[in-house]
Amino acid sequence: MLEVKNLQKSYEKDRPALTDISFDIKPGTFVAIIGPSGAGKTTILRSLNQLIKDDDGQILLDGDDIRTANKTQLRKFRRQIGMVFQNYNLVERLTVIENVLHGRLGYKSTLAGVFGRYTQEEKEEAMSLLKKVGLENFALKRCSELSGGQKQRVGIARSLIQHPKVILCDEPIASLDPASAQNVMELLKDLTEEYNLICIANLHQINMAKKYADQIIGIRKGKLVFDESSDLLSEDILRTLYDQDITEELE
Amino acid sequence: MMQSPTKYLAHKGWHQTAVIAIIGGIYVFGSWALDFNNLNGLIAVPKAFAWLGINFKPTANSMTYLPRIWQKLIQTVLLAISSTVVAAFVAIFVALLGSKVTGVNAFVQTIVRGIASFFRNIPLVAWSMILLFAFKQSDFTGFLALLLMSVGYLIRAFMEIIEDEASETMLALKATGASYFQVIFQAVLPQILPSILSWILYMIENNVRDATLVGILTGTGIGFIFDIYYKSFRFDAAGMTVLAIIIVVIALETISNQIRRVIL
Ligand SMILES: Nc1ncnc2c1ncn2[C@@H]1O[C@H](COP(=O)(O)OP(=O)(O)OP(=O)(O)O)[C@@H](O)[C@H]1O
Ligand SMILES: [Mg+2]
Repeated sequence: MLEVKNLQKSYEKDRPALTDISFDIKPGTFVAIIGPSGAGKTTILRSLNQLIKDDDGQILLDGDDIRTANKTQLRKFRRQIGMVFQNYNLVERLTVIENVLHGRLGYKSTLAGVFGRYTQEEKEEAMSLLKKVGLENFALKRCSELSGGQKQRVGIARSLIQHPKVILCDEPIASLDPASAQNVMELLKDLTEEYNLICIANLHQINMAKKYADQIIGIRKGKLVFDESSDLLSEDILRTLYDQDITEELE
Repeated sequence: MMQSPTKYLAHKGWHQTAVIAIIGGIYVFGSWALDFNNLNGLIAVPKAFAWLGINFKPTANSMTYLPRIWQKLIQTVLLAISSTVVAAFVAIFVALLGSKVTGVNAFVQTIVRGIASFFRNIPLVAWSMILLFAFKQSDFTGFLALLLMSVGYLIRAFMEIIEDEASETMLALKATGASYFQVIFQAVLPQILPSILSWILYMIENNVRDATLVGILTGTGIGFIFDIYYKSFRFDAAGMTVLAIIIVVIALETISNQIRRVIL
């Protein structure tokens, strides 16, 4: 269970980027965060694993507050929270399997991690996860040789090997063609069910959010304006969310 | 402020004309101030080359100098390589401390930038002169002069490489719960390696050229014997030396271009 309570953040004085954001997410739920550009979606997502230090509030993962964790505790929190990026953020020069194994670093001693010493089980798990995302034949390829959709699936495998409770995706399909985008969304949805994950994705495509998400959170100017099951997302709400008619996009 | 495109472009055209006029003005003023006669200057260029061609042309006789030139040249190339490699090690460490993405804090970043720019902006000749006082005429003086200047350049270059190429992967690994050193060794260093090597190769080429100049001052290497030949009017041998330097520099450039093609 992920509980966010009264989250606040401002980058500059008197210009709040987030005001009083609260929501709960149960395991096994695929959540889409939608809202106009600059609304604060990335800020929320990065607060959840404390890549951004927010100003006030609570972020409880199964009852423990991430915000008050010290350095060691934060490392332990972060390894339970996978992250998937718009630009994949892989080490392009390394092989696919090395990139997947990076997801284990949070569990390793500093020295073992620095020299990239992984156990046999870890390597086998990396292979089986690559199979799961459909890249078993690419394990030894350099990431720079992959397509965008394939890179994103490497990113997903990297987050899965963390054995996460939560996966955060910041615009995971914004750089992908429509077919790869569908493919990645379907994968995320299936994985959420299979591993009973909390999967949170920032999306600009409302039709994708409606199609795949169980729960939708709408953010506008740093405030939460909608937090319901995705079939309750109406045109009215979209109009207030985006300040305009975007009904065409729904169809 | 809104402008129409035509107005904007006309404005831009005017700007360019103004810039060219200013540059031309500076040139004219400079010629006048330095008492430099343009026409005579132009005529002097072929003359100078002709003089060079006649006097510096290596003869069959100059071949006898070749072993000695060769030996000094190797010495100089080794000096350039060793100073660059040591500089690269120092620079990568300092750049990690000072870059915006891997750095310690804003204070250290400012200090590192300051140090890098200090080493970079003191001309090589000045470094050599300063170091000559402390270390006399020796290979070590040349080594140190090249090292200090290379460190200045490489710190700056490496910091920019880290900031441009490593920030995204760094963020991803930080988010997995990896520790600082794990992130550096698993993400930052592998990611930036090709660009770093490319810079090191460039710096070696550059330092071979500079080592020649430094050698004249510190009395070592190829620069030293060029100086001796030149001052004792053995122009053919001096020409031979220059030719050897050119060949080695071109060879080095070719080799490093090959290496670059493989690693990038
Ligand atoms: N590092 C920063 N420094 C200052 N202001 C920032 C910073 N990052 C974000 N902001 C501001 O905070 C607000 C929210 O930004 P955020 O990146 O969270 O929006 P977003 O919803 O993710 O937008 P997009 O859909 O364009 O990605 C914006 O007004 C933005 O200008
Ligand atoms: Mg964003």
